[in-house]
Amino acid sequence: MSTVTGVSAADELPGPDGRKPLTGDRASTGRLGDRLFGGAATLSGVIVIAMVSLIAVFLVAQALPALTNNSENFLTSRVWAPGGAQPAFGILEFLWTTVAASTIAMALAVPVGVAVALFLTQYAPIWMRRPAASLVDLLAAVPSIVYGLWGLLTFRAFVRPVEQFLQDNVGWFPLFAPTRITGGTIFFIGIVLAIMVLPIVTALSREVFDQTPTAHKEGALALGATQWEMIRTAVLPFGKPGVISASMLALGRALGETIAVTFLVSALSDGTDWTWSLFNGGETFASKIANNAAEFSNPSKTGAYIAAGLVLFVLTFIVNSIARIVIERRKAFTE
Amino acid sequence: MSLTTTPGRVSDDGVADGPGSPPSGPPAREAVREMDNPHRARTTKDLLARIVMWSAFAVAMVPLVWILWTVASRGAHLLADPVWWTGNQRNINSDDAGGGARHAIEGTLIQAGMTALISIPIGVLTAVYLVEYGRGRLAKAISFMVDILSGVPSIVAALFIYAVWVTTFGIDRSGFAVSLSLVLLMIPTIVRSTEEMLKLVPNELREASYALGVPKWVTVVRIVLRTAFSGIVTGILLGLARVMGETAPLLILGPYTKNFQRDLFDGNMATLPTMINQDRGDFALATAAERMWGAALTLIILVLLLNLLGRVVAHFGSVKK
Amino acid sequence: MAKRIDVTDLSVYYGDFKAVEGVTMTVEPRSVTAFIGPSGCGKSTFLRTLNRMHEVIPGGRVEGKVMLDDQDLYAASMDPVRVRRTIGMVFQRPNPFPTMSIYDNVAAGLRLNGVRSKSTLDGIVEESLKGANLWTEVKDRLGKPGAGLSGGQQQRLCIARAIAVQPQVLLMDEPCSALDPISTLAIEDLINELKTEYTIVIVTHNMQQAARVSDRTAFFNLRATGEPGRLVEIDNTTKIFNNPSQKQTEDYISGRFG
Repeated sequence: MSTVTGVSAADELPGPDGRKPLTGDRASTGRLGDRLFGGAATLSGVIVIAMVSLIAVFLVAQALPALTNNSENFLTSRVWAPGGAQPAFGILEFLWTTVAASTIAMALAVPVGVAVALFLTQYAPIWMRRPAASLVDLLAAVPSIVYGLWGLLTFRAFVRPVEQFLQDNVGWFPLFAPTRITGGTIFFIGIVLAIMVLPIVTALSREVFDQTPTAHKEGALALGATQWEMIRTAVLPFGKPGVISASMLALGRALGETIAVTFLVSALSDGTDWTWSLFNGGETFASKIANNAAEFSNPSKTGAYIAAGLVLFVLTFIVNSIARIVIERRKAFTE
Repeated sequence: MSLTTTPGRVSDDGVADGPGSPPSGPPAREAVREMDNPHRARTTKDLLARIVMWSAFAVAMVPLVWILWTVASRGAHLLADPVWWTGNQRNINSDDAGGGARHAIEGTLIQAGMTALISIPIGVLTAVYLVEYGRGRLAKAISFMVDILSGVPSIVAALFIYAVWVTTFGIDRSGFAVSLSLVLLMIPTIVRSTEEMLKLVPNELREASYALGVPKWVTVVRIVLRTAFSGIVTGILLGLARVMGETAPLLILGPYTKNFQRDLFDGNMATLPTMINQDRGDFALATAAERMWGAALTLIILVLLLNLLGRVVAHFGSVKK
Repeated sequence: MAKRIDVTDLSVYYGDFKAVEGVTMTVEPRSVTAFIGPSGCGKSTFLRTLNRMHEVIPGGRVEGKVMLDDQDLYAASMDPVRVRRTIGMVFQRPNPFPTMSIYDNVAAGLRLNGVRSKSTLDGIVEESLKGANLWTEVKDRLGKPGAGLSGGQQQRLCIARAIAVQPQVLLMDEPCSALDPISTLAIEDLINELKTEYTIVIVTHNMQQAARVSDRTAFFNLRATGEPGRLVEIDNTTKIFNNPSQKQTEDYISGRFG
């Protein structure tokens, strides 16, 4: 997962007459081959920029008409009725479900993921490290739809009693209040998402922990620290930006996950009372859009869904930017 | 071994004797007993930490083993039937058993192939630009955009293609449209992994080539890309493995069919994920559930094969990490 | 404080590869002993066996005995953590913990050992920084990051950190090789002061430094490339540098190889 931005590898060399290189290295000449090839490479890069810009432009353009016609407040309404003469739609419900489920996923995946990363870099016997790391990466290779299928047909039955237990015993706490939902609760979806994003947290954390300078680890050990104390003193502080970045990337993934969630959600009928309970149902941005793809033939309805997609785009953009900023800042003053 | 008595330094009554140092605090030295076992609590914490880390690994392995076991055990018998690999789902209703998955397998592979065809040149060339040509603001902007692209959720990419392909240009949904959205998802993966591989190529190779009077573009193509080739291929295979499992674009742009369909531009095309999704509503039916597991197992096998192939290529490749 | 070390027939291995062979020596309390010898002769490897840091490297192991006064450091019942608390180490490149302030760096070892009281910590930190000749330079910025100091200051910070836990012995692995001559001189002066309190063993590739700083010197050498390193001769520094017993030692001292 390299994030170092591109500088030409041969850039550091001065030109044959000692002058500083201009763009790229000075090996480029005016030859046709060079111009064509260089041009093709540049064009590809420009295509990438165009793609991202177009995504933003098109989404906004098609969402705007629906948004301006909206009779409800887009951000705070729980009503979703984009069709009909007077469209009325708001994303509050999806926002809550998406954020709540993703937060649960983070709360579970980050500690476990960091612990697994510490295991793989500090505790596992040397012969075990590569195979064990490959096994953890295998979790990421499983397609999301399989997670959805497994969650629906197998895992659900196991989580249900846990939910029941919590509802019976701690149900007084608003987050655990009992509901009548027996299918896809926010809680359950959060757990499945946690399993799915765990390998992301582990992979990046592993990279960062591995980079802990030996000098600092030895410094701690030489003071008479136990292995855990050495990790606390040298490895974890050094790895903090990496772990934060990994968590943000995992969060971004959880926010945008579509098919697994679509398989598992229990949609709420319109007009259901609001509850803070994690055992409530509800759709996420992604599942709502996916489940209603059939309605896209109607342009105003499509606009509403695209608007929802736009919110998701913004959310993931913010989260991923934080991840990038955190890791870039660390790069700025690493030795 | 117990308390230190240290003539010349701070003794137990707290009076310091060191050269020019004022008296420090009370019996600080008692706090650091030499050669005694580290405080029980520290050893216990260390052991506890060890247990926690091992347990975390075990916890991470549980869902992996569980999923793979469930899919394999529930789906294997369908894959053992040769019809699975030759037939389609024509005339098979949700409560019927039988039929095959060939239509879906072909669809998945064909769409993946088209995705690869478009995204490989763009992705590799972009990486080449970033490493070999780019410098300054354009390169920074491109790199930034690649990062953004890698964070775009698949459903948003699908919505975008829908907005352009269907809404704006009025073209029907098709397998090709799906491939287009998969291209958006695959390009960042290819760019980043290719970039890493290109950076691994030692500069001395480039210099040697220039010194022989070889033009830059030939150097890049013949020397640099060739050296990094196996690593780039690995990156592509791993990227493909990921996009084959993406379902969101299929839901938006790739409606299912039970028949064979090999034309990307002609209407509905079946894929393994949409085949699974097809039976989603009937999951309570044994036949439907069974079919879903079978398709899931097929998909996992395909993905794992690609992953394995990628690693094999990396292992036998020239530039090692 | 300040004990003697008795090493008996110690061999150091990386897996099956024998890096150092059969060392027998005594390190006197409250003295400075220097290890000299050409690169790769095993002096740093051997040094690290004295505080059981060698075994941190995968495959690292020893055969033989190391006694600290009357305690066997490699006894089955001996916890390496204990050993490392009692025998401190300063490394070639200064390595203050980058995420900690100067104060926290010095206090690190103490905090690990359960010392919590602020007044106690304050006192020991000040004392250790004074002992490392760094107090006057940093006393007004104890809260600043340890990594913000110059190389020589960082190394003195590491020394302060090491002596804060009151070790019996201080091991120094080429402590000045990453420093400029002025900082080097400052550290050498410091070593001269510290030896009244501690037993010090210093590895150095700089013979003049060994001659300036140490009371006793041990010369290590390789028989041939690929062979394990050996202790050739250990004696009072003046004797080693003026009138060594072994021809190899004389050849090294006079610069015929190295």
